[in-house]
Amino acid sequence: MNENVIAAERFNPQLRNALAAILDTMIPADSEFSAPSAGSEAIVNDVIQTMTGSSADEIVDLLRTLQETHGKPFNELDDEDRWRVFVDLERSNPHTLRVLGGLALQCYYRNDETLVSLGMEARTPFPLGHKVADGDWSLLNPVRARGKIYREV
Amino acid sequence: MTTQLDRVDVVIVGAGASGAAAAWSLAETGMQIVCLEQGEWTKPHEYPSTTRAWEAQHFGAYSANPNRRGRVTDYPINEKDSPIAIANFNGVGGGTILYNAHFPRFHPSDFRVRSLDGVADDWPIDYETLEPYYDENDRMMGVAGLAGDPAYPDKQTLMKPVPLGRAGQALGRGFNEMGWHWWPSDAAIATEAYDGRAQCINLSACTLGCAQGAKASTDVTYWPHAIRAGVELRTRARVSQILVDDNDMATGVVYFDEAGNEQFQPAEVVILGCNGIGTPRVLLNSTSARFPDGLANRSGLVGKNLMFHPYASIQGIFDEPLDGSRGPGVCVWSQEFYETDLRRGFVRGFTYECNRGRGPVSTAYSGVFSGRVPWGAEHHKHYRKMVERITGMVAICEDLPEESNTVTIDDELVDPDGIPCPKLNYTLSQNSLDMMDFAIQRATEVLKTAGAYDIMSDAPIAGGGWHLMGTARMGTDPERSVVNEWGRSHDVKNLFIIDGSLFVTCAGVNPTRTIGALALYVADSMKKRLATLFD
Ligand SMILES: Cc1cc2nc3c(=O)[nH]c(=O)nc-3n(C[C@H](O)[C@H](O)[C@H](O)COP(=O)(O)OP(=O)(O)OC[C@H]3O[C@@H](n4cnc5c(N)ncnc54)[C@H](O)[C@@H]3O)c2cc1C
Repeated sequence: MNENVIAAERFNPQLRNALAAILDTMIPADSEFSAPSAGSEAIVNDVIQTMTGSSADEIVDLLRTLQETHGKPFNELDDEDRWRVFVDLERSNPHTLRVLGGLALQCYYRNDETLVSLGMEARTPFPLGHKVADGDWSLLNPVRARGKIYREV
Repeated sequence: MTTQLDRVDVVIVGAGASGAAAAWSLAETGMQIVCLEQGEWTKPHEYPSTTRAWEAQHFGAYSANPNRRGRVTDYPINEKDSPIAIANFNGVGGGTILYNAHFPRFHPSDFRVRSLDGVADDWPIDYETLEPYYDENDRMMGVAGLAGDPAYPDKQTLMKPVPLGRAGQALGRGFNEMGWHWWPSDAAIATEAYDGRAQCINLSACTLGCAQGAKASTDVTYWPHAIRAGVELRTRARVSQILVDDNDMATGVVYFDEAGNEQFQPAEVVILGCNGIGTPRVLLNSTSARFPDGLANRSGLVGKNLMFHPYASIQGIFDEPLDGSRGPGVCVWSQEFYETDLRRGFVRGFTYECNRGRGPVSTAYSGVFSGRVPWGAEHHKHYRKMVERITGMVAICEDLPEESNTVTIDDELVDPDGIPCPKLNYTLSQNSLDMMDFAIQRATEVLKTAGAYDIMSDAPIAGGGWHLMGTARMGTDPERSVVNEWGRSHDVKNLFIIDGSLFVTCAGVNPTRTIGALALYVADSMKKRLATLFD
């Protein structure tokens, strides 16, 4: 069985809720920019599918602890308390937070809704590619005017 | 048990930039040529740019670092004692599968460092010797560029240059205000349809393999021609050692096939094109009574004088929207600080190679992990100040050869076939550190002049061991070099080296155009001497 499937199977509804809540704390939705929350279902699914190996273990351990140590599950805390817990975690578990942060950014910034909110096309680079302007070659005139700069031997 | 195969005329080890060029060139002799490559053919339709998760592949299956990539076709490298980690690719095309296709030539002065600046050594050949081979390699690879670059003697260009785009124009204006040299970079990229390859469509993903086939990786340039001309390319064939007879002549190579079976391929001539790490590895693993310190190593210089190009990265954040990552990675370059000026505090110099910008994921990584983009409610506002607004350059600095910078064989590390693996010992010289500091200061000035309001810099780029050079240098003196001035081992007269190991010095530019030209030059030298090749 592939590593991603093994990681995905470990995510029971409680862990999933905790993950969605922490991702939402990291990147909440923003109506001004029509930006989705990183805790939205598609992004949470992508994060779960993408994590592998020891990174997945670390994140699962962190989420388990989160659900148990604050009186009630992390996802049931209000926004202010969640933020406070998150800031503490950044200090106490910097490595795990960095791993989770990397995953969150990777999955958030390839999500359709996010890309559209940034004015980008939600598609693979190939086969359409992109247009890039040739630009103004006359900008090189001063370089030409200065003349040869290479060293004679 | 080792299977003994039928004898061939030539066995080439490594199907990368140099192996492909030499195979193609030698094919016209009608000799029976086999190339053994430990990796496989890659499939362009599987390259990351065909998927939505393309940016993240830099950290996974298409990572440039073999230890991270960890494919069965890779070999691990002990990099613990090097501040710079290796970047390569093991497969048909070698490093060119992932390379950025920056394609500068060396300058005439680069072959004369000792005479001009009193450091390192002169090459046993000069620019004029290589010039016809540069031209031939350019034709085979297909080079885009703009004629008339004042930093070079005249050279041919075959296709229109890569586009300036918004980033190139912003940077060009900055260079102009400073009064500095800049020019569109030469690129091994088909900007027009070329030799059966489609033209570049600005995928943004050159360093993940080119799904369009516009980038000149040797699997789509030399190899189809070489195979049509009769060369046999055998993949999943990993060479463990070269055997020699009592007359110090190579008899052939031992390799493991895909199933892990050991084979012996006898050959009249052995050619190594395994790059600046792989070639010394094979030689140092080929010990025998006559060569107890490794094959062709009576000079003691195999694996010594390892050169990378130490790189500094300097990126600016602009108010104006730029191109993001769109475009080929290659854009414009500046050689304002290329030649020695001791008032700068270091000898030799560097090229600024400007890139385009970053994709949405890598923008987010640099924003968050540099502390510029916070988590939480403010995330979006700050991210939007960076996305599509970053451009800048790297400074590729000339590294001087030092015998203490080495590739040796690790005591424990082995590859999937059990073959001992390389270990690096590399220290950045004070000259390189000073050069990188200077490069960051001056790049900061030009970026600010161009309109950047915030600068991010990093040196050395820790994952930037893209260029692997110097570990089996050429020269006329057998005490001071591993091969002669046309690539033949001083000690083993039917053994040739054609890759970046040959470099005596490394210049302040990327090496692959010179590696290709050198491989063609060595092959041509062999063709001209066929009757007396081993004299
Ligand atoms: C991400 C990246 C970006 C780069 N960008 C640029 C750039 O913009 N411009 C530039 O000039 N250069 C660039 N380079 C460097 C460029 O790829 C190399 O300079 C070039 O490929 C070296 O050619 P070579 O023939 O010496 O070795 P390689 O191309 O590395 O080929 C060596 C081949 O030998 C095979 N091999 C090794 N050992 C064995 C063995 N024991 N048995 C069988 N096969 C073996 C390997 O699998 C490999 O395929 C870049 C490299 C990378 C990885």
